[in-house]
Amino acid sequence: MKKELIGLTVNGRSHELAIEPSKLLLDALRENLGLTGSKRGCDDSSCGACTVQIDGVPMLSCTMLAASCEGQEITTVEGVSEHGSLAAIQKAYGDWGGSQCGYCMPGFMMTVKHLLAQNPNPTEEEIRQGLSSNLCRCTGYSQMYQAIRAAIEAEQKGMAAAK
Amino acid sequence: MTNDFSIIGKPIAMVDAAGKTTGSGKYADDLSAPGMLVGKILHSPFPHARIKRIDITRAEKLDGVVAVVIGTDAPNPYGILPVGHDEYALALDKVRYVGDNVACVAAIDEATAEKALELIDVEYEVLPAYFDPEDSMKAETNLIHDNKPHNIEKDYHHVFGDPEKGFAEADQIAEARFIANEVTHAAMEPHCTLAAFEIDPQTGKPGRLVVQSSTQVPYYLQHKLSLVLEMPMSQIRVIKPLVGGGFGGKSEVIPLEIIAAIAARKAKAPVKVTYTREEVFWAHRGRPRTIVDLKTGIKKDGRITAVKARVVQDGGAYCSYGVVTILYSGALLGALYDIPNIQYDGYRVLTNKPVCGAMRGHGTVNVRFAFESQLDELAAKIGKDPADVREINLLKPPCITVNGLRVRSYGLPECIEKVVDRSGWKQRKGKLPRGRGLGIACSHYVSGAANSIIRSDMPHSTVNIKIDRDGGVVVYTGASDIGQGSDTMVAQIAAETLGCSLSRVKVVAADTDLTPIDIGSYSSRVTFMNGNATLKAVQDVKKQIASAAARKMSCEPQELTFRNDIVTKKKGHVGADAPVRPAEQSSAASVSGRVEGQILRGSLQQKRKDEGPKDSLSFEEAVVAAIDFHGALSGTGSYAPPLEARGGKHKGAGVGPSPAYSYSAQVAEVSVDEETGEVTVHKVWASHDCGRALNPVSVEGQIIGSVWMGMGQALTEEMVWKDGMLMNPGLLEYRSPSSVESPEVEAIIVESIDPEGPFGAKECSEGSLAATIPAIGNAIYDAVGVRLHESPFTPERVLAALRAKKNAKPINLTEGVDPTAPAKFREHGGSLWYRGKGPERHPLDPSRREAPGAAGGDD
Ligand code: FES
Ligand code: FES
Repeated sequence: MKKELIGLTVNGRSHELAIEPSKLLLDALRENLGLTGSKRGCDDSSCGACTVQIDGVPMLSCTMLAASCEGQEITTVEGVSEHGSLAAIQKAYGDWGGSQCGYCMPGFMMTVKHLLAQNPNPTEEEIRQGLSSNLCRCTGYSQMYQAIRAAIEAEQKGMAAAK
Repeated sequence: MTNDFSIIGKPIAMVDAAGKTTGSGKYADDLSAPGMLVGKILHSPFPHARIKRIDITRAEKLDGVVAVVIGTDAPNPYGILPVGHDEYALALDKVRYVGDNVACVAAIDEATAEKALELIDVEYEVLPAYFDPEDSMKAETNLIHDNKPHNIEKDYHHVFGDPEKGFAEADQIAEARFIANEVTHAAMEPHCTLAAFEIDPQTGKPGRLVVQSSTQVPYYLQHKLSLVLEMPMSQIRVIKPLVGGGFGGKSEVIPLEIIAAIAARKAKAPVKVTYTREEVFWAHRGRPRTIVDLKTGIKKDGRITAVKARVVQDGGAYCSYGVVTILYSGALLGALYDIPNIQYDGYRVLTNKPVCGAMRGHGTVNVRFAFESQLDELAAKIGKDPADVREINLLKPPCITVNGLRVRSYGLPECIEKVVDRSGWKQRKGKLPRGRGLGIACSHYVSGAANSIIRSDMPHSTVNIKIDRDGGVVVYTGASDIGQGSDTMVAQIAAETLGCSLSRVKVVAADTDLTPIDIGSYSSRVTFMNGNATLKAVQDVKKQIASAAARKMSCEPQELTFRNDIVTKKKGHVGADAPVRPAEQSSAASVSGRVEGQILRGSLQQKRKDEGPKDSLSFEEAVVAAIDFHGALSGTGSYAPPLEARGGKHKGAGVGPSPAYSYSAQVAEVSVDEETGEVTVHKVWASHDCGRALNPVSVEGQIIGSVWMGMGQALTEEMVWKDGMLMNPGLLEYRSPSSVESPEVEAIIVESIDPEGPFGAKECSEGSLAATIPAIGNAIYDAVGVRLHESPFTPERVLAALRAKKNAKPINLTEGVDPTAPAKFREHGGSLWYRGKGPERHPLDPSRREAPGAAGGDD
């Protein structure tokens, strides 16, 4: 298939890539841009490991064409840390055992960031619902809830301090 | 042993946590090499067939294809067990399951490789196939392997004590058949291997092979690669990058790991092979479908008198870990309770399905499900509380069980006590409203096998450590971190022992060029064995630092305390382990004038004016003193299990013995919808004796993860087969539970401080899994009064049991749909089916209703 030139904005930076129109966003990120954070865990959009945000909405990059994302803001796990430091949610996931093997993490980060952006103080039930688009095979999810709670607290403290 | 630790026992983030949460950590599939090709494997569409001819010429001619390899390119057999060398990287003469490996194409990209697969012509002669282990055992002809009569891989017959007498003494006997269906690891990371040859500068030809692979066992991989590729082990380097979960699925050599190397050799270029999720299901090596015929006798007072188990495991097409699995199933009837008489007959049977192997709780899980369910039934028969019955049958360690297992630390009594207490068992059991119930069960697991699968005297773990003038501590360990946190465990042990901060310690792990041999991450051996080796290595180097520091400080090495990056002379010799109080620490720090990042100046200062004996040295000063004194500073330590822990003398006695066992007790609370048969688990209380929790967050994570995986097996997870074809090769259809289906798990850590474990630590990653399934089954019994004998406890099975109890006819949910009775409504055979390949389907099969080709994925 003939390649075409497309522009992608990923984590605030614009890139021009020559790719086949059939190229999936996940592959374009991993192979063309070297952003290997987003993972592939399945063949049938069932795992969520490839989740990225498109204009702030979590989407499965394994089932989207890269070319269809032209002009949109793509955020990947590589865009989550702040000023070279871990974001509160990343720190909390590490501290509270939210991540074991870590393979599901990039997807969860994108999903959780979205969840908290929509609902800064979710109940546990809402967290469970919110995370159900992503599978983890290590943690049984429980420690993720603690991590999310801790991150919310850390953010609130941070905000209080900034006031 | 003191309990005053600065790093051990503290909840800390894993040393590699940031790489995982930021996405910067590299897993095998994230790696690439210049000129790298993509490898794709052609799999067998038939469960059992002879290969009459393979023609690869058309595929080779396709533009972009660099090499096509088949069985004859590497015809040496291999297998994880020395007794089970029955696999070939690519099939030589026969394929034995749908998904067996036939050929591999290395091409410039995936699409080209896929296209080339379609151009490989294989002529098969289809043979009769065996799918059910009990049928397979009767086979006389068309054997799966010619040297295995009746398709029996291995059978064992053990008698300990006098079971007949035991049953005669029993007041109550229960006897039943339990079936646990097949489950798989489904680790989130699909297997991936990148293989590349380095060019030898002397010969100018391809020389050493470097393999980066998602493996739990780099050393075994190196060994098997050497066997199949006929290369000396020294010419093979295996590196384990981050691994996205294993659970046993990466604990042996998986075909793609060898195939990638063969393809790289022929293509003369690096080749990466990554499995699709469907291929992961075919590669499998999961927990076999197990048929357990179990008989248990008990006295009125609750004492178990005898157990008799006949176990048949559906092992799939090759040996894999099968011989070990079937032995574990029998051996681990012991070491949990005091059972005086045991009879065990185990059959590992070959069938034409993907290969079963080791999976979390290897060998013990399905038999434990049967045993704990039957014990619950017997408790009811003698009118005793099932929790009490378990307490009545406790072992009295230290002891050697009737089947030769040495038990020392034994936290089971406390585990039972804790879950009974936390769950409100005494007040609530049997008193919940109809449809809701509580169930209890226990389990245990080895902290590594006392006998390695390679019978040899080599240590199971060796660890090297290097400390240099920069004050950095580098630990070289072969331990394979697969997400369980072994790198962190190693760093903690090193830092605690040296009294230095965690940030000083760098762990270099699982690279056969750099790290000494460790036999791998399986059988929950790493904390116990590699932890002990680390401890010895660090103690070795610490001794050298202490002797030099003691000279500087004019005291004896025993008088020194290493803590908080300072080596201090103990004040007043109060006791062997007088803790340093914080006030002393800070004053000590200012005396030594230690400034972070000024190590060189510090050492110069020290050289220039040796101001006579000091009361304390900074860690760097002590290290510099040691290097100046000894000339170099390195340490090494290794671990081999003690002889006394290696088990009895009977045939098969090598499997089961462990230097220490972990223990778990669990209470599950469930509700059952009697209309739909749906079971909801509300909460599981799980206590686990891990010896000592080196890192409590990780220990809790492992307990919760095990319980959760057990719950999956109890309720939803099941590999569904039809004519040897896997009907649910995807995570959704396999039904790995998501967050909404996952209950709260309260993890309770019990610390029995094992006398031989590092800081007293034992296993914590597998032992809890087995108890969850019977705890849920027993809770279902408590809720609605039906005993389930087959896992998973799906709505169909629960409903069938409820109706059977009322003598009602079972509802045939698929009535009139397909006379071969598919086990599920929504089913397909994955890509093979979509491509119109695979075994002939029944004419009335739903998948055949449309014309072939129209069968797209509208699922
Ligand atoms: S890779 Fe599994 S959902 Fe995208
Ligand atoms: S941490 Fe391993 S899959 Fe989630």
